[in-house]
Amino acid sequence: MMGKTIFIDPGRCIGCQACVSACRECDSHRGKSMIHLDYTDPGQSVASLPTVCMHCEDPVAPCAEVCPADAILITADGVVQQADTTRCIGCSNCVNACPFGVPKIDLQAKLQMKCNLCYDRTAYGLAPMCATVCPTGALFYGTLEELQAERPGVQVADSFAFGDVVVKTGVAMVVPADKVQWPVPGGLPVVEVNGVDVR
Amino acid sequence: MTIPLDPSLAPPGTRNFRDAGGIPADKWHADQNGETLVPTHCCFCGVQCGMYLRVDKGGKVFGVEPRNHDINRMRLCPKGINAYQQVNHPDRLTAPLMRRSRDEEFREVSWDEALDFTVSEIKRIQSAYGNDAFGLLGGASLFSEKTYLVGKFARIALKSKHVDYNGRLCMVSAAGANKLAFGIDRAGNPFSDILLTDCLLIAGSNVGECFPVMTQYLWGARDRGASLIVIDPRETAIARTADIHVALKPGTDAAFFNAVLHVIVKENLTDEDFLAAHCTGWDEVKAKVAEYTPERAAEICGIPASQVVQVARTFAAADKAMAWHARGIEHHSQGVENCLTVINLCAATGNIGKPGAGYGTITGQGNGQGGREHGQKSDLLPGGRSILNEEHRRQICEIWGIEESELPTAGTSMMEMIWQMQRREIRGLIGICNNPFVSLPNYAVVKDGYDTAEFHAQFDFFLSETAANAHVVFPVTTWAEDEGVMANAEARVVKHNKAQEPPAGVRTDTWVICELARRLGAGDKFAFPDSRSVFEELRVASAGTVNDYYGITYERLEETGGIAWPCPSTDHPGTPRLFEDGRTYHPDGTIHMQVVDWHAPMDPYDDDHPMSLTTGRTVAHFLSGNQTRRLGGLVEQTPRPWVEVHPSHGFKSGDPVRVVTRRGSEVFPALVTEAIRPDTVFIPYHWPVPTAANALTIDALDPRSKIPEYKVCACRIEAADRIDEVPAPPTAPGHQAYPETQVSRTDPLPPTSPQGRGTADRS
Ligand code: SF4
Ligand code: SF4
Repeated sequence: MMGKTIFIDPGRCIGCQACVSACRECDSHRGKSMIHLDYTDPGQSVASLPTVCMHCEDPVAPCAEVCPADAILITADGVVQQADTTRCIGCSNCVNACPFGVPKIDLQAKLQMKCNLCYDRTAYGLAPMCATVCPTGALFYGTLEELQAERPGVQVADSFAFGDVVVKTGVAMVVPADKVQWPVPGGLPVVEVNGVDVR
Repeated sequence: MTIPLDPSLAPPGTRNFRDAGGIPADKWHADQNGETLVPTHCCFCGVQCGMYLRVDKGGKVFGVEPRNHDINRMRLCPKGINAYQQVNHPDRLTAPLMRRSRDEEFREVSWDEALDFTVSEIKRIQSAYGNDAFGLLGGASLFSEKTYLVGKFARIALKSKHVDYNGRLCMVSAAGANKLAFGIDRAGNPFSDILLTDCLLIAGSNVGECFPVMTQYLWGARDRGASLIVIDPRETAIARTADIHVALKPGTDAAFFNAVLHVIVKENLTDEDFLAAHCTGWDEVKAKVAEYTPERAAEICGIPASQVVQVARTFAAADKAMAWHARGIEHHSQGVENCLTVINLCAATGNIGKPGAGYGTITGQGNGQGGREHGQKSDLLPGGRSILNEEHRRQICEIWGIEESELPTAGTSMMEMIWQMQRREIRGLIGICNNPFVSLPNYAVVKDGYDTAEFHAQFDFFLSETAANAHVVFPVTTWAEDEGVMANAEARVVKHNKAQEPPAGVRTDTWVICELARRLGAGDKFAFPDSRSVFEELRVASAGTVNDYYGITYERLEETGGIAWPCPSTDHPGTPRLFEDGRTYHPDGTIHMQVVDWHAPMDPYDDDHPMSLTTGRTVAHFLSGNQTRRLGGLVEQTPRPWVEVHPSHGFKSGDPVRVVTRRGSEVFPALVTEAIRPDTVFIPYHWPVPTAANALTIDALDPRSKIPEYKVCACRIEAADRIDEVPAPPTAPGHQAYPETQVSRTDPLPPTSPQGRGTADRS
């Protein structure tokens, strides 16, 4: 299936935000974190999960597809890079296109920034900063085989459903064994646009 | 320095990790930029994660890089990641501050002026009221060398019996219990043993937030199929996924554990062979637990009786079981006894001294373990010797070169010293690396105690709330500007290395203590140029004791990445796991099981105060927050405290809620969540008044460990109309509060909900 990538295991996440802090330390966008920490059921549960760039494969990187300046490059191994500083015009198209809400715009610099799977680190055999520090292994970096060797029986899914649209991603999510064949619900179905019921 | 790892003992996800330190010089950006990576450890909690500090060409610390040390295998929590930012922080104190009375403003003075004034005040107070009228309060964030110096300074230079430390607020209950049961004061097993266990019981420890990096060991055990039992009034992140989560009422732990043992006895699940061979006192314990039926425990603890049975069966059925606990059961007026009931449980099931089977206490402070081992605690001398034991006194006097008659006797504990300040028995105080204005219970009493003191000096690198009340503040080094050792929660001694020169005007604590000693006429006993020279004396002073450091040297620590004491000779590998030969450190070699009877918490419930208030940490902040409340990323993560309340009280998240105890009342935004018992509220304690949990907590102490009962007091909650603003951390005159840390201090709730407990309302 997949090569070395990030696996997200929400069951292990303790909501500590070490990943958020670590991402801020990463050299390619120092001072800004590209990770969101989400709470799935606030008020009732302490459950949380991190969202990193999912490095969409099919349809290939919606952020890159919509970029009018061709600033977002995708490498041969499927890593969706952050915007090329010499090309990005800061138009925010990518922000709107991303189904996971990942890219961020630095309005002053007129520059998009996003997770690039710590290309600067992985190129030297280091894991991305977030997956390195995550104290629980909720963010795991490696191959599926490496993950399964450590967590016998673990199952992952790499497609996400946004309404009827299914996005297949380079980053995968640990899911209950009986849910492997199903896309992970990627967002609420759209029921209303500007007050009009569009169901 | 990369440490060879035992792959069979790697927590999940770390097996294929390598760290930047091992990458050839031409490959890694660090080297390309001319920066260096200095291997050291995190300055915060008792896990003591290994890290590299990134140092730029100019010799300044500017970043952090994960390090593959076998405590943490590159993992770090947000505190560890942000810690480097305090080294060159604009709030750093860089000149001694002084004022002759508290009505004056601080002014920056020379080191000579500050030291002269301090020494003249010590002499004035001691000649008027006696030597014991001047006290010393140390800290468990100091390197062990410095804690050794604090104890020696108090007894030889200050000639006072009044010395204690803030580890008193941390794990002394566990220490007391371990000493009573095993004759040794430390955890029985290394963290890596957690990976080998079949059943893990966590009592009173929010591991996910307080010791985040330990979580990887928990999840590793779970990967192998270990069951997880969590005892906590709150559904914490680890309780959420536990097989059994017992949400008992705060202050009822001893009743619960007695009842668990009751079931184990009744169902013949004890390990009789182990009990016969290794334990004394079992018959008495057995007779006592017979009184604690699951039904009785259910009533006291406010839980279903079936949970008691379930915990008993799960723990006793496991081939190898472990129990780890922390402040949740230790911060009580029967903290020692709570820990003893856990030890009884491990002993009765034969779960002591084997890989994957044992007990441990998780230290809150970086050097909570090492901080008391070498004489900083009021009743201890170096090597964990008792100051009341003739033989021990003689041994230390010989090493220190003083007459036994010159060595003071035992003093009182930290909280008791504050009461003595109120009563004018102690009239002057030096505080080193502690912040009682935030960290001690019953703030009004603490403030009154300090205000009553005639003279108060404080060592720190930021102006803490306590230092802001002092007459003299000495600006001292951070952990990155000196070298020294700390002992983590496993009793593994690790070495911190120096990454940069201190800023101009800043001195090491060692230098200040030795200089004060010299000016007090004890210079010959304090001729220590650096940490290493202190460590050499500490090694010798601990030789032959239970806390034996003699075989540990700086060189060996750098080579091995850490050695667990006892380590009696330089060819001894250290002792990561205790009692493997079946013997404890009592002369008879047995585990001394102790009878415990549960008693109610000290603050009684009544119609005005029907609920329990409990307190604890958040993941983003460390202790009194003097350090972490100044770091932008951490402040942004958790800018202010809140009160966690159950939905049954009818509040919405964000509503102002007044929490009233017999000591005072304060208003916090509500965080409405089902993750807490309906009869209990929780407030994180890292902030000063008017948002201080410790303005409400009670200063009742455990009679043996003298630890305050932070974890339970009676309270009521009521609607209020406005939320108190969190004050900015104090800064020296002329220093502006660091703008990055001023975000959202007035917002009703953190921008991201702490630990997912949720800002959304269910209604
Ligand atoms: S570091 Fe890991 S455990 Fe902590 S919030 Fe991020 S994903 Fe969750
Ligand atoms: S605070 Fe504790 S868990 Fe966090 S990085 Fe530091 S030592 Fe590790």
